[in-house]
Amino acid sequence: MFAVRIHGRGGQGAVTAAELLSVAAFGEGRHAQAFPTFGSERTGAPVVAFCRIDDRPIRLREPITDPDALIVQDPTLLHQVDLFAGLGPEGHLVLNTSSTVEALGLSELVRRLRPDRVVTVPATEIARRHLGRPVPNVPLLGAFAALTGQVSVGAVCDAVRDRFGGELAEGNVAAALAGHEHVRAMLGRTVGRSLSQSSRRSADA
Amino acid sequence: MRSQVEGSQAVARAVTLCRPQVIAAYPISPQTHIVESLSDRVRTGELAGCEYLMVESEFGAMSACIGASGAGARAYTATSSQGLLFMAEALFNASGLGLPVVMTVANRAIGAPINIWNDHSDAMAMRDSGWIQLYAESNQEAVDLHVQAFRLAESLSVPVMVCMDGFVLTHAFEEVDLPTQEQVDAFLPPLVPRQLLDPDEPVTIGAMVGPEAFAEVKYLMHVKQMAALDEIPVIAREFEAAFGRSSGGLLRPYRLEDAETVVVALGSVLGTIQDVVDAMRDDGVSVGALGIGCFRPWPVGEVREALQNANRVVVVEKAFAVGAGGIVGQNVRDATRRQPVEVYDVVAGLGGRPITRASLRALLDDVLGGRVDPGRLHFMDLDLELVQRELERSRHGERPGPHAENMLRDLGTVASGAYE
Repeated sequence: MFAVRIHGRGGQGAVTAAELLSVAAFGEGRHAQAFPTFGSERTGAPVVAFCRIDDRPIRLREPITDPDALIVQDPTLLHQVDLFAGLGPEGHLVLNTSSTVEALGLSELVRRLRPDRVVTVPATEIARRHLGRPVPNVPLLGAFAALTGQVSVGAVCDAVRDRFGGELAEGNVAAALAGHEHVRAMLGRTVGRSLSQSSRRSADA
Repeated sequence: MRSQVEGSQAVARAVTLCRPQVIAAYPISPQTHIVESLSDRVRTGELAGCEYLMVESEFGAMSACIGASGAGARAYTATSSQGLLFMAEALFNASGLGLPVVMTVANRAIGAPINIWNDHSDAMAMRDSGWIQLYAESNQEAVDLHVQAFRLAESLSVPVMVCMDGFVLTHAFEEVDLPTQEQVDAFLPPLVPRQLLDPDEPVTIGAMVGPEAFAEVKYLMHVKQMAALDEIPVIAREFEAAFGRSSGGLLRPYRLEDAETVVVALGSVLGTIQDVVDAMRDDGVSVGALGIGCFRPWPVGEVREALQNANRVVVVEKAFAVGAGGIVGQNVRDATRRQPVEVYDVVAGLGGRPITRASLRALLDDVLGGRVDPGRLHFMDLDLELVQRELERSRHGERPGPHAENMLRDLGTVASGAYE
């Protein structure tokens, strides 16, 4: 079982992202379950959506309190919601920001995670560029695919095309691919840096 | 065909395949996606030969279904919560007249305090309305139960409610195997009404009946509901033969054979309970689960038989009778009377509070450890301190104010339902 929790604000497509992720996983022959928490639905209000992916049918229906991956669509939620609750040291984190972990004041939190499992993605900018609208959900799914390997970016694109039509679908597909590529490039650098650090350490010893 | 789809869309497709001729509905969360989708399917012609009536209220919706059904049409509606209560008078008319209307209830709490989230207060409030009540465990079962519900309603000429947990199921995307039109047509023949408002052969339906025959009409309602206890398993078996999967039926036993402790529940929480049963079995604890698929009519004999080897029965239910206790619990106690078994009434999941594996496990450990009094109603995960602070406040001052708002202020809640 791989459990994903998505935090966003009303209008950012958190619920749609969880649904698309479940469709992408289903498309690759896996079992998946996506569901939202509904509250006072309005633009800008905190929204949480969940997705479970497994190789067996899923019967569990409790909210996800210990996610394997967290997608944060809006880091300003930090001041309102306990975003990182239950995320263990092996957890994955996809953060929508064009800033850095350090500038957001998250260095300490991120230090307890594996460096190759934390990515920042300028998903709002990517969405603006490819869709003309600041809806970061789909580029973050592309990033999630690159980070976790739980679904392929191709399956995400198929799910997007299945859900939307025409220009909206193609814009979102381009955004998913851009998010995916961003993480691949970033992870390449992270792995390279940690390798050079470890070789330096062994040289010192 | 298997697809990954929202529960509401899956149900709307299943209802479409059943070819209703009249749908009269009024939107209310969390039922709205179902009727929105159906109105769209009528508009596009996917559901042909159907008149969709956007009525002014739920009372109007059920009244229109009664009229349509009396005129020989296959009639359907869906609602939730206050909407179901607003239908109350018409519900009793549909069942009293013996009209085979089928309705989805997307289960939601009843106010006040107003709450849009899931529990079973709505359907349980209408448990004695004379409607058959079936409860879905998953979206697959919700789909399958609708196909079976039309067969059942029309074979006995009784109305049937298909209950599915609001949001938990209606808004969940999961895998559903949707039947084909050919399969459903073969399973569900066109409606042959038992009574018909026909201008060429005029009859009265709904005459006033006095003391001379009222009890006899009501007696026949009871007899027909009891007949459903025989009919439901037959339909479930035929469904399995035709569709290749087991769905519906009266009860759904899980690892029950040698279980000393049995958890009884209805609806979507059963999956979580099954996970807990598996984990406890791995720890060597003899526990099982019994899902109630049909709550009305109450399968008293089947429940008694299913629980005959149990020492402890823990009824976990998402509603309760204020001032009395558990509702399902009372029925289970009735089914097991004179059997050497202790029945525990546990209220859980009210107003959308999640029922987690951890809470269920802690509850069962407490029951097994003798820390739960079977003579008292038990509330799972109750915030007793919050209650006590409010009781303390209400002792002071002349006008301590309303409980609900006081407790929200105490908790510092800004917008109910936000993730905590």
